[in-house]
Amino acid sequence: MTEYSVIGKSIAMVDAAGKTTGSGKYADDFNLPGMLVGKILHSPYPHALIKHIDTRRARELDGVVAVVTGEDAPNQYGILPVGHDETALAVGKVRYVGDNVACVAAISEAIAEKALELIEVEYEPLPAYFDPEQSVKAEHDLIHENRPNNMEKDYHHIFGDPEKGFAEADYVAEARYIANEVTHAAMEPHCTLASFEIDPQTGKQGRLTVWSSTQVPYYLQHKLSLVLDLPMSQIRVIKPLVGGGFGGKSEIIPLEIIAAVAARAANVPVKITYTREEVFWAHRGRPRTIIDLKTGVKKDGRITAVACKVIQDGGAYCSYGVVTILYSGALLGALYDIPNIRYDGYRVLTNKPACGAMRGHGTVNVRFAFESQMDEIAAKIGLDPAALRLVNLLKPPAITVNGLRVLSYGLPQCIDQVITRSGWNGRRGKLPKGRGLGMACSHYVSGAANSIIRSEMPHSTVNIKIDRDGGVVVYTGAAEIGQGSDTMTAQIAAEVLGCSLSRVKVIAADTDLTPIDLGAYSSRVTFMAGNATLRAAEAVKKDIISAAAQRIGCLAEEVVMSGDRVWKRGAEPGEPESAVARGHVDGQILRGSVLQSRKEESPKTHLSFEEAVVAAIDLHGGLTGTGSYAPPMEARGGQHKGAGVGPSPAYSYSAQVAEVSVDEETGVVTVHKIWAAHDCGRALNPVAVEGQVIGSVWMGLGQALQEEMIWKDGLMMNPGLLEYRSPSSVESPEIECIIVESIDPEGPFGAKEAGEGSLAATIPAISNAIYDAVGIRLREVPFSPERVLAALRAKKGLKRIAMTQGVDPTGPTTFREQGGALWYRGKGPERHAEDPARVGGGR
Amino acid sequence: MKKELIELRVNSRTHELAVQPDALLLDVLRQELGLTGSKRACDDSSCGACTLQVDGVPMLACTMLAASYQGCEITTVEGIADQGGLAALQKAYGAFGGSQCGYCTPGFMMTVRGLLTSNPDPTEEEIRGALSSNLCRCTGYSQMYQAIRAVIEAEKKSQEPAMAGGQHD
Repeated sequence: MTEYSVIGKSIAMVDAAGKTTGSGKYADDFNLPGMLVGKILHSPYPHALIKHIDTRRARELDGVVAVVTGEDAPNQYGILPVGHDETALAVGKVRYVGDNVACVAAISEAIAEKALELIEVEYEPLPAYFDPEQSVKAEHDLIHENRPNNMEKDYHHIFGDPEKGFAEADYVAEARYIANEVTHAAMEPHCTLASFEIDPQTGKQGRLTVWSSTQVPYYLQHKLSLVLDLPMSQIRVIKPLVGGGFGGKSEIIPLEIIAAVAARAANVPVKITYTREEVFWAHRGRPRTIIDLKTGVKKDGRITAVACKVIQDGGAYCSYGVVTILYSGALLGALYDIPNIRYDGYRVLTNKPACGAMRGHGTVNVRFAFESQMDEIAAKIGLDPAALRLVNLLKPPAITVNGLRVLSYGLPQCIDQVITRSGWNGRRGKLPKGRGLGMACSHYVSGAANSIIRSEMPHSTVNIKIDRDGGVVVYTGAAEIGQGSDTMTAQIAAEVLGCSLSRVKVIAADTDLTPIDLGAYSSRVTFMAGNATLRAAEAVKKDIISAAAQRIGCLAEEVVMSGDRVWKRGAEPGEPESAVARGHVDGQILRGSVLQSRKEESPKTHLSFEEAVVAAIDLHGGLTGTGSYAPPMEARGGQHKGAGVGPSPAYSYSAQVAEVSVDEETGVVTVHKIWAAHDCGRALNPVAVEGQVIGSVWMGLGQALQEEMIWKDGLMMNPGLLEYRSPSSVESPEIECIIVESIDPEGPFGAKEAGEGSLAATIPAISNAIYDAVGIRLREVPFSPERVLAALRAKKGLKRIAMTQGVDPTGPTTFREQGGALWYRGKGPERHAEDPARVGGGR
Repeated sequence: MKKELIELRVNSRTHELAVQPDALLLDVLRQELGLTGSKRACDDSSCGACTLQVDGVPMLACTMLAASYQGCEITTVEGIADQGGLAALQKAYGAFGGSQCGYCTPGFMMTVRGLLTSNPDPTEEEIRGALSSNLCRCTGYSQMYQAIRAVIEAEKKSQEPAMAGGQHD
């Protein structure tokens, strides 16, 4: 086995010290001279025409520099080329409570807020749609005029022969599953600082620089260019530290565009930072999903066919919606061997904040349904849930029925590991009453094989520059968002070049300096930017080796680079200590190899890293290298409509066992432990992989038990970190991460995805454990005490407790009774006469 | 509202500042003193990202009026490094993966520091209890416990010789 010096070692993130000391800078930590504060006016209506906006009084307020509205930047944009349906600020119409209407740039936050109160907007309310199954019946007052029946997109796929498959089945399970809406709730609220420079030639407003909390700097540059009518070359996007994304910063969030529009109008830098409540309105999280799932199996458990109908409540704009609904269908494949699939996916528009990509994009809710149904089938046909999964494994290398290529496949080892570690065989079904074990599996892409904007462009490009000081500078567009992107890049460069990690400096995600990388989403960074880094480092290494070979007097193939030294294979790596190891320089590097060789008559047998670098620069006139990565054609999927989403160069695999107990009196579910085995190809930095896996499992746990966005007439009832109950340390169980290394043939050093794939298995693992504990099958997420208790009582034939008996049915239903600032300020939504929410007995 | 002159003692230095009477301590630290380590994340003291210590007690700067803390010793995350190097807790958070995106990390530093000052050898339960005042969205807290455990163990080891020497009294 190859022995690596940096790869596979647990190391602290290269930016860890900045984070623990508070010296690391996030977007909101930046200030510019003369900078203004931007504040956004949001719609209090879920669906309304804007008849008139009067900003005069706001403009006249002392301290206000600019007020902008939709008319100031009417160009449409959207993250997907098929979904350009957003504008910086609303033009003619608002589509959800919280939609962006106007922005004030003022010298202080207090003045900006006061100015917002002075803006007069005349709305004409329209009927609003909140339930996707109702929304599709709409024939008038559509959310977007070019989307009949409020249908954003529907897909109907048939792979193999599902009808024949079901006919051959010995048992068919069928049920409806519902997963409610959740959001990222990253700790850092979105923030954008935008600043224009004056062009020295024209004397007018010129280049734009934007510091923004984004996972996708290049997409932001592209969309700013569209909206502002400014060439991309005139826009510089800088991504500072990002305080968590989870998909919530993987597309253009309104404030990113609005800040630039306001800065253009104000002629001075403008910074907008969302309040926590605004973060919830900006949303782009995981949609409420209704899944009608049917699975047919033979007596031995072999799956013969799957039929799946998915309805997603997409909110008011397309966002990533078309991709989400495709992922939900496409990733039915590539986990198990399913010969026949029927998929019907509906992405529906409603008058709520847009849903988008969230960790495990599109796969999580369908996986919950699928893995729950597997458990139901196992119970029905009398097979152990683990055994049922093992009879349905793929046999890689394989192309699935829907065109996904699978090479490395660590799922069997993952299942094996969690069975052993959790004591599955001896303990399942034998735990005391109220306590149980449940199993589930999941998988995820290592980046999408086809980019959002179809082109021949590489998905990632990396430049490396080494100068005479022996410092290795890696320029990568990949976006560090806390997942370890920069550390991974440094590790790969150091490993290939055989130098110490401290030599490597990563310059990342600055569109002026770094070559294009598509960004941090769909778990693509390690695989794609990692491969690009590997190739760039190899290109530089080639130049160093050819020069070193001359100096040593051997063949290039004989040169070894490792541990900051360069030597001829077979010889002793010996003496020359590098400056990094020595801790000081002796001036030799600037004098160059000519003097060095004059000083020492005979050729050297070994060189320090610096000596080799200097020799290479003297020989080649410079030392730079470029590497890029594009997924191979074989991994890009089939030809059917929508085939572009789902294919990936590699898939990660995960198997989990959850141990839970259920309090039958209160319905409270306690998770005691989760064993999570994850196949990440090769763990480049095991402590970081464990962090990603544990974090994913934990986030799944939050969705399984307590996280839920609660809506009333399009108004979010729990827009705060206290009310959107993200698990605290006391609710977070021990999670044992087991790393499985399948060594992918195409991944950098065999690595693949680690940051998302584990999330999807956690929800069904908990659901299946609840079934094992108390025999109830929960088909709606989250498994809140109310739902658990209702199911327990139904099982015993008892009447459901009416939790809200005697409560005013039109009243708010959650703790934050005013439902956020909009309601609190007396601007609560008034309803149109034909509003469906009103027909149901509302106000 | 007119500004008033106040004196704040932050990280052992005294600053004279003109602030609005309703200015929040977090905003004054971040905007007037450039101490951006304390983070704003929830606006309503539910997440702990702005935790600092006032006379050694962890408190939430996002809902504290700056003018009310004159004469107190305020310690922010910028004030806890060990003579220009990382404090043991900071080093351990890096080594064990206790920090991912890092946005909540300064708050956790201050909460854990407060815990270990008042209770140098907390039980697992006590650590969980103390950490529940802060939210993290990346780590699931697991690797934080490892980091905190390691710091406690290292501290105990370094105390051992001293304790052995002082046993006779």
